[in-house]
Amino acid sequence: MPLTISEVEHIAELAKLSLTDAETALYRDQLSAILDYAAAIQRVDTSAIPPTATVLPLRNVLRADHVTPAMSQEDVLANAPDAVEGCFRVKTILDAG
Amino acid sequence: MTTYETIIGLEVHAQLRTQSKMFCGCSADYAAAAPNTHVCPVCMALPGALPVINHTAVEKTILAGLALNCTICEHAVFARKNYHYADLPKGYQISQYELPFCRDGWIEVEVENKPGFSEKPGLSKRIGITRAHLEEDTGKLVHGGSEAGDTRLSQGRGSYTLVDLNRAGVPLLEIVTEPDIRSPEEARAYLVKLQQILRYLGVSSADMERGAMRCEANVSVRPVGQEKFGTKVEVKNLNSFKSVKLALEYEVARQIAALERGERVVQVTMGWDEERGRTVVQRTKESSDDYRYFPEPDLPPLVVDRAWVDEIRSRLVELPDAKIARYVNELSLDPRDAQLLAMDRGVAEYFEATLATLRNQVSRRNLVSSAMGDAKIAANWITGELFRLMNAAGAGIEAVKVAPAALAELLGLVAAGQVNQNGAKRALGAMFVTGQPADQVIRELGLAQVSDADALAQAVTDALAKFPAEVARYRGGEEKIFGWLLGQVMRETKGKGNPAVVRELLEKSLRG
Repeated sequence: MPLTISEVEHIAELAKLSLTDAETALYRDQLSAILDYAAAIQRVDTSAIPPTATVLPLRNVLRADHVTPAMSQEDVLANAPDAVEGCFRVKTILDAG
Repeated sequence: MTTYETIIGLEVHAQLRTQSKMFCGCSADYAAAAPNTHVCPVCMALPGALPVINHTAVEKTILAGLALNCTICEHAVFARKNYHYADLPKGYQISQYELPFCRDGWIEVEVENKPGFSEKPGLSKRIGITRAHLEEDTGKLVHGGSEAGDTRLSQGRGSYTLVDLNRAGVPLLEIVTEPDIRSPEEARAYLVKLQQILRYLGVSSADMERGAMRCEANVSVRPVGQEKFGTKVEVKNLNSFKSVKLALEYEVARQIAALERGERVVQVTMGWDEERGRTVVQRTKESSDDYRYFPEPDLPPLVVDRAWVDEIRSRLVELPDAKIARYVNELSLDPRDAQLLAMDRGVAEYFEATLATLRNQVSRRNLVSSAMGDAKIAANWITGELFRLMNAAGAGIEAVKVAPAALAELLGLVAAGQVNQNGAKRALGAMFVTGQPADQVIRELGLAQVSDADALAQAVTDALAKFPAEVARYRGGEEKIFGWLLGQVMRETKGKGNPAVVRELLEKSLRG
């Protein structure tokens, strides 16, 4: 079942991607193929299998609540395109409300 | 005119009191830290960094769930909630979705509905808790950061936002109610009760003004009698008890006005604008599909077995409602006093420690005393004199230098007649400042009560000699002047006279 163009545009918007019409068409085909694959898996009868969040046998991997050293502010901001007063500086993407 | 019913559900986020963050070892205590100094590869989402679950945060979540009468789920799974925002370095928040730690709980609140609401006034009411789950806090954004003289602004390229990731990854407990709340007053009562419980448990400071407890509300109205819920509006940015009440009142009135005009209520997210006193549209609501939740592949699921839950349950402390009931039923305290004492766990512990020492002393000194009387006396001194001193000094119970044992000693001295009420009040005032023991303060300030009849008889004689006219008026039948004369004698004793002995001597002297 192929995705609609508007569904692809909506997914692109959620991922903050700006697509050309040609890319939208290309991803529509690719994403639809992935969904078809998932649909094939969904045909398997799993009624007797409990929901599985992981295939690993690990459970309850926890750490003690201890503080460990943080990075220096200089290192934290080293790769930032823009920084001021110890903060990352980004363009305001939404009005403050 | 149509009468409307208000339907409110609340989502509360409370920061858990842990040393380190939810999934890394960075300190969670960022209040006084310079920006971006409590940050590591995990909480700034550097490639390849892997989260590990904080054991204490999980246990505090389960402890809170137990106190909120929740079912603790045997299987819990963390999930990714995907969205883009500058305060979220990973592009997703680690939260819980289908399998939270706690579900199906409730807390009881006192309801005092205004007339016109659908429920009877003065009842306690259960507010259902849908779920309580664990997630991570986001970073902090400071909006409106634009530089003076920044020419790019005049070119219409917008302003800047500053990002501080110290808060990113701090453990957050999210508690969601059923749509059981029927008025802004009920919403407030629920939040007060929830804050009290979280503080009692020590799981969160739950301080709204400091952002350690934050609230969002889903609000709708429907004509009374209609079963179907109206369209709900989400209201964010409710950061104080006052703004919760004002914002909900405003939003309810706005929705009713729209329906009365024949309009529809549109499903949106609103923000409360404190300054303008109104709710403002923020954005149209995402559906939960848009968050594309899926199980967090970096974190193995948790199995919460019965033994673990029982072990955590054994750490539950007596909660405020149970304390109030015990104070009233077993100690015969006035319900109002019981509430004042139980409101804050620190105060309740102070009261209980004072009472324990007081009873020990009494039994040691072999004094006759009724257990209930002791409780009443300790309660009166704490909610009266001690609270007055605390308020005047702006101090919480933690900062009080008078140890419960020291207060008990003072009250013991009052009971033994070694200091009178006024002297004890002055002594407590001095103890509050210096933290010195009661007997030392009483000795140094010369507050010991004088019960010696000879010394007091002299004071009576002196006082009466000073005010012959008043004495004559009393003897002429003006009995109500007795209290004033008693005051004059007490003054002669510098307030240290044993009032009972003084009264007796004065009466005898005036009759004579």
